[in-house]
Amino acid sequence: MSTVKDRLPPLSQLGPFIALAVACTVFGLTTDNFFTAANFSLILQQVMVVGVIAIGQTLIVLTAGIDLSCGMLMALGSIVMTKVAQDFGLPTPLAILLGIGATTLFGLLNGLLVTRIKLPPFIVTLGTMNVAFAITQLYSSAQTVTEVPEGMTWLGNTFELAGNPVAYGVVLMVALYLATWFWLRDTASGRHVYAVGNNPEATRLIGIPTDRVLLGVYVLAGLFYGIASLLSVARTGVGDPNGGQTENLDAITAVVLGGTSLFGGRGVVLGTLAGAIVVGVLRNGLTLMGVSSVYQVLITGILVIVAVTVDQLSRKGGR
Amino acid sequence: MKRLTAVCLATAALCVGMHAHAAEPVIGLITKTETNPFFVKMKEGAQAEAKKLGAKLMTASGKKDGDTAAQITAIENMVTAGAKTLLITSSGDAILPAVKKAQAKGVQVIALDSPFEGADALFATDNYKAGILIGQYAKAALGSKPAKIAMLDLFPGHPVGAQRHNGFMTGFGLKAHDAKSNELSATPETVCAGDTDGNQARGQTAMENCLQKNPDINVVYTINEPAVAGAYNALKKAGKDKGVIIVSVDGGCAGVADVGKGVIAATSQQYPLKMAAMGVAAGVEYAKGGKKASGYVDTGVTLIAKNAVAGVDSKDVQTGTDLCWGKK
Amino acid sequence: MAAPQIVMQARGLVKRYGQVTALDGADFELRAGEILAVIGDNGAGKSSLIKALSGATIPDEGEILLDGRPVHFRNPMEARREGIECCYQDLAVAPAMTIAENLFLGRELRREGVLGNLLRMLDKKKMLEIAVERMADLKVGIRSMTQAVETLSGGQRQCVAVARAAAFARHVVILDEPTAALGVKEGNMVLELIRRVRDKGLPVILISHNMPHVFEIADRIHVARLGRRAAVLNPKKISMSDTVAVMTGAMKPEDIPADCLA
Repeated sequence: MSTVKDRLPPLSQLGPFIALAVACTVFGLTTDNFFTAANFSLILQQVMVVGVIAIGQTLIVLTAGIDLSCGMLMALGSIVMTKVAQDFGLPTPLAILLGIGATTLFGLLNGLLVTRIKLPPFIVTLGTMNVAFAITQLYSSAQTVTEVPEGMTWLGNTFELAGNPVAYGVVLMVALYLATWFWLRDTASGRHVYAVGNNPEATRLIGIPTDRVLLGVYVLAGLFYGIASLLSVARTGVGDPNGGQTENLDAITAVVLGGTSLFGGRGVVLGTLAGAIVVGVLRNGLTLMGVSSVYQVLITGILVIVAVTVDQLSRKGGR
Repeated sequence: MKRLTAVCLATAALCVGMHAHAAEPVIGLITKTETNPFFVKMKEGAQAEAKKLGAKLMTASGKKDGDTAAQITAIENMVTAGAKTLLITSSGDAILPAVKKAQAKGVQVIALDSPFEGADALFATDNYKAGILIGQYAKAALGSKPAKIAMLDLFPGHPVGAQRHNGFMTGFGLKAHDAKSNELSATPETVCAGDTDGNQARGQTAMENCLQKNPDINVVYTINEPAVAGAYNALKKAGKDKGVIIVSVDGGCAGVADVGKGVIAATSQQYPLKMAAMGVAAGVEYAKGGKKASGYVDTGVTLIAKNAVAGVDSKDVQTGTDLCWGKK
Repeated sequence: MAAPQIVMQARGLVKRYGQVTALDGADFELRAGEILAVIGDNGAGKSSLIKALSGATIPDEGEILLDGRPVHFRNPMEARREGIECCYQDLAVAPAMTIAENLFLGRELRREGVLGNLLRMLDKKKMLEIAVERMADLKVGIRSMTQAVETLSGGQRQCVAVARAAAFARHVVILDEPTAALGVKEGNMVLELIRRVRDKGLPVILISHNMPHVFEIADRIHVARLGRRAAVLNPKKISMSDTVAVMTGAMKPEDIPADCLA
């Protein structure tokens, strides 16, 4: 006889939504402008880059890995696509493809180092993080690329939906989350990602191509980082070689807050979306409240510890 | 006879070699990063001055702002390699023990741009003054309208960030901490404050949030020019780019160009080249005469503005472009 | 008496790992409807034999026959396609996933039509139904197939693993130490299940160190020693201590009384 409690998702998955609700309530009560459609639209635009990066990060964390290079790859992608458009005058779609291609290629590199050379993802991505950063700085001569074709920025534009402004990029982010959620939940290859993260030895014995699943995850993550770099260019209107540094940690924070276990095999990607929005809400709400940003860092840190603790405790209870 | 000649020649060569070796001062330059145009200019200035004065220059840097580990390693290596003077733009106080050790060995350590405790001397922009200049300009440009100011800072606790912030407020005529404080002041006129990490995307986010809080903001202070680019984006998207006075500090070529475009109303220009050149000269001085540099030397700051305002001294965009650092 | 039908057979299997010879011309025979226990000391070649039969390793020499047909498995998937299912010692389950999901891991069912073919969407409902059905068939008493495997007790988990192998096997079920680390009650639960599998018509190869369990359910006992088959014994006739003696080499195969052989 299952009770209501049994049928609810575990606390680690509900957590980010609860945190989001609490934060929104607090900010709504203490400030004037928080609870407006315009403000929410703004917050979603502010998190759309991290949001998409975090999809890729979620996939990697689901396989019990971690990707420290995500933000740097995003910056690399944005520099590649803006520089090739500016220096060679390539048509915008081609420039965008090259940028996304660059990040996907690095994703492939990460995946090959993890699966073929069997290096721990932490070490591998620490290395690629630095390599990507250096390449970005060198290729751009540490200069921001300011001449950006309009085709690259339209995702940052908004349209009216029931009288409220919605950015195209946000729609893309939500669509990507839904597509990934469906894939992970309802297809064999998606379920295999969970299985590989939960027990890679088992999947090998069963005959699932474990290495291919892992490689696929890293390549797919690289693809998401490339899409995020386009969103970054769309939002800021420039290619910034110093971008991506905050996003690096923010993406991992979003994944952990979202209830995905760092030990692999557990988590729902929609939770990551909630986690990313929580970070954006905190930054926005605290600025509106006039509170020093140090508290934003403090609160985010506390939330991360709570999220990881809840994850650990709920797993122990299950055994 | 032949052997004697050979011995004499060898001795002479040895003497000349030793003399040359002893004469050439060895100076180390350690910057925060390799790629930031500010530090590139510094390195160029140092190399030019070293060549001019006949000194040997070693350079090193961290990977990014805050990479103190690389700087510590560089300090140790350079001292071992014989550097008698180190010029450092500090990434953080973690380098202090290494600095002390170097000084114990008789090495002169001079801080460039960012102050740190225990340095023999500081050659830097007076960041407080840089803030005062743009504060005065903003007040004059605003005129009699009530001020609603957004402060876009670096991050809490950074001395340069605090000095520019508080200097701006003082120049604007508001009560603020003095140059020694690391805290960021606030008054009713500063309606909003946000952190940018000196980064364009964060600058945009901070400005957007401030506009949500207070749509009537008419003055924006920013910590540096990348932050201002982001802030301008946000203002433009909100349709507010025309009526807002934006000021910043740096004077890089990209920033000066932005002043020319009307994105930034005024910026305080810094002179990294001067800092480095003065540092090298001090190094040569120490090597020659054993006299260390001391105290604080202001390397100068100039207000660059497109449109001059009454009562505030500024230079035009052309002057700014001639003196700027970075790629023109 | 009709000749026993031979389901699976191996002749002269050889497998070397560098300097070590794990299988040194091993023979093997599995009859229809029986539980064949494979026992042997460590290093006797039990695991290598089983790996060769299940497709986990490819023997260097020798042949394997399934229903009289020669087969060459290059990987476990190929063996599974021939209807040979293996249940490994560490269970090979994903603990965070449900019982139903674990049952179908690697052989998931897709929905009909566009949803299944184009979007490759899984038919979770059908998989759950089949899981419930197969488990009920084997009388495994776990209430919900949607609970995570990690919520089960050790014995229940073992039953799930055994049932997974039995539910999909068409020919042979191989069980590697299925009662290891289980208490008395749970061990018996698993033994009952193994009997039911045999009674459904699936022959079972059982590797075990647990002599009492072996003697309780095995129809015949294959003794592996030094990479070969030392003897095949009749548990009803031979004593446990003599069996151990054959296993360790204390009793030579030629000294085994004829009626103890099977």
